[in-house]
Amino acid sequence: MSTVAFTIIAILTLAAALAAATLQKLMHAALSFAVMFLGISAFFFLLGAEFVGLVQIFVYIGAVAVLIVFTILLTRHDAEKVRGFNWSGVVVALAVFGGLTWAMENTKSLLIDPPQIEPLTVHRIGELLMTGYVWPLLCVGVLLTAALIGALILVLEEKRE
Amino acid sequence: MTLSIVLVVSAALFCVGLLAALSRRHAIFILIGIEMMLAAANLNFIAFWRFTTQPAQPTGVMVAIFAIAIAAAEAAVGLAMVIAVYRHFRTTNVDQLNQLKG
Amino acid sequence: MADSVDQVFIRAKECLLAPLAGHAPGWLIQVASSLINIGALLGVFLTLFALMSVLERKILGRMQNRYGPNRVGPFGLFQPVADGIKMLIKEDIVPARADKVVHFLAPILIAATAILSLGVIPYGRNMTPFVIDGGILFFFAVGSTTELAVFMAGWGSNNKFSMLGAMRAIAQMISYELPLLVTVLPVVMIVGSLNPDQIVAAQTKMWFVLTPWGAVAFILFFVSGLVESNRTPFDVPEGESEIVAGHMTEYSGFKYATFFMAEYIGMFAVSGLAITLFLGGWHAPISILEFIPSYIWFFLKLSSLLFVYIWLRGTLPRTRVDQIMNFAWKFMLPMAFTCIIAAAVWHYAGRGLAGWLWSLAVIAVVYVMLSILLETKKKFAPRTYRFAE
Repeated sequence: MSTVAFTIIAILTLAAALAAATLQKLMHAALSFAVMFLGISAFFFLLGAEFVGLVQIFVYIGAVAVLIVFTILLTRHDAEKVRGFNWSGVVVALAVFGGLTWAMENTKSLLIDPPQIEPLTVHRIGELLMTGYVWPLLCVGVLLTAALIGALILVLEEKRE
Repeated sequence: MTLSIVLVVSAALFCVGLLAALSRRHAIFILIGIEMMLAAANLNFIAFWRFTTQPAQPTGVMVAIFAIAIAAAEAAVGLAMVIAVYRHFRTTNVDQLNQLKG
Repeated sequence: MADSVDQVFIRAKECLLAPLAGHAPGWLIQVASSLINIGALLGVFLTLFALMSVLERKILGRMQNRYGPNRVGPFGLFQPVADGIKMLIKEDIVPARADKVVHFLAPILIAATAILSLGVIPYGRNMTPFVIDGGILFFFAVGSTTELAVFMAGWGSNNKFSMLGAMRAIAQMISYELPLLVTVLPVVMIVGSLNPDQIVAAQTKMWFVLTPWGAVAFILFFVSGLVESNRTPFDVPEGESEIVAGHMTEYSGFKYATFFMAEYIGMFAVSGLAITLFLGGWHAPISILEFIPSYIWFFLKLSSLLFVYIWLRGTLPRTRVDQIMNFAWKFMLPMAFTCIIAAAVWHYAGRGLAGWLWSLAVIAVVYVMLSILLETKKKFAPRTYRFAE
């Protein structure tokens, strides 16, 4: 049963990713980008990390996808479409994929089945965030504040004197 | 569902992101490709956490949570830069942003 | 006896699943159980939507000193049937240069996310359709997908007014998502879990709305929910005199009905969550009245919250966009953060009378400071009248 689910989710995610990478119309690419993140979230649910899956939907589809769509709107020029597709990128991507797969297939220790683990509760994640991972939490907070202020300053209109 | 098949799927996602980042000329597409690569790396982390024999240490999950937060911050700053560049140069084609060329 | 009436729906579902129990594999029983849950949820809430659309018009009519619809059926209660037939037989007009796929998918996505968010609310004892460990986070994650769907609706219509309306709607929704989330945090902090069942179970003795931080957080959550579902006084995205129905301009017939349905179901979902978090879920107010089944209590609380929604619609005028933004960022967000601090003060001062008074003091101090800082005592110029000569 989980193999069937895995196959369906994998096909959906890869199809959406390919659509996002190769579609000419920007809007359609951005929307299939959002669908791809839904697929990755489903992967996380399948692998047992539900909290990360929900955070992924929330942050990526609710925030990053909306940001990308807004930016597409604000940087639209009706005159010409940016038509350009560099085919050497395909060669490089295929080469990297081939290399990674060859490395994975030749590692015997990766052919293992999922062991039985107890489900990871949100309580445990919260506990860890406040005890073991409190320094990264504070650093990420500072980083997000800096990113917020930086992004605001970058798009501030310059005052004409 | 073995670990190697999950890693192959995540490698495929990474390579599609690489494809988007390398072969498109629009700045926003390149950012989309970078986000895809980050998401594929997150998938890798969670997969390794799931298949490990010591599940009491959810290090992979914690790294994935922080990586999602950092990716969101980086997307925000990257898109702000795209808007700022568009205001100045009136183009989003990265091939035309070559004024510093020797 | 009280217990069997309370659990009558659970028993009914078990009777329906009994023929499968022996022979089918485990996953099939789970899928069948989920399908029955979904069917019951859809049936109840779509009927409630239909009923509410006519009751709202009647109550608004009464507030405006007239009868509402009263021709179709007894007291006009079959009006939704007439409305449904009208919507179904209308011609479905799609603009010629609109993006067909995006234009088609937008109402489906909005309705889907609204209905999905209904799935984690506990409607009665043991009556939560989907028990997810991070249930509250699921609700908000699905709710935040609504913004993308609204944008798809505005952009897919290829119409400047739709785009403008969609931008205003998204700005409003994003601004009010923050107070919505931050006001939930005190409750989650005090209970220690994101599971809606555990939050309801923690309110057996006392509802959270009876504490100072709970009351303020409930009001802030309720107002944010009003804004998230684009209801008057915050219905700038769909104000008819301003922007011709905003992102829903180019939709006709059944697709418009789908937008309408998504707005109402979003209202139900936010009210349901407010009841779960602050008003004690399916608990009775006094323990003597516990013999009344839990879902009846939930339904009574839901009805009263929906009546308040309709009441506000009939009474208050529409606010301006900049007034909405000011309100969210300058007032609601600081008050929401104060609620977290007040909840912590309440918890560490012993949860008794001392805790109550200290947290009330914290909230009062911040409220007074905010009113001084935000200059809410504006002076108005004397009114001048100009008459025609």
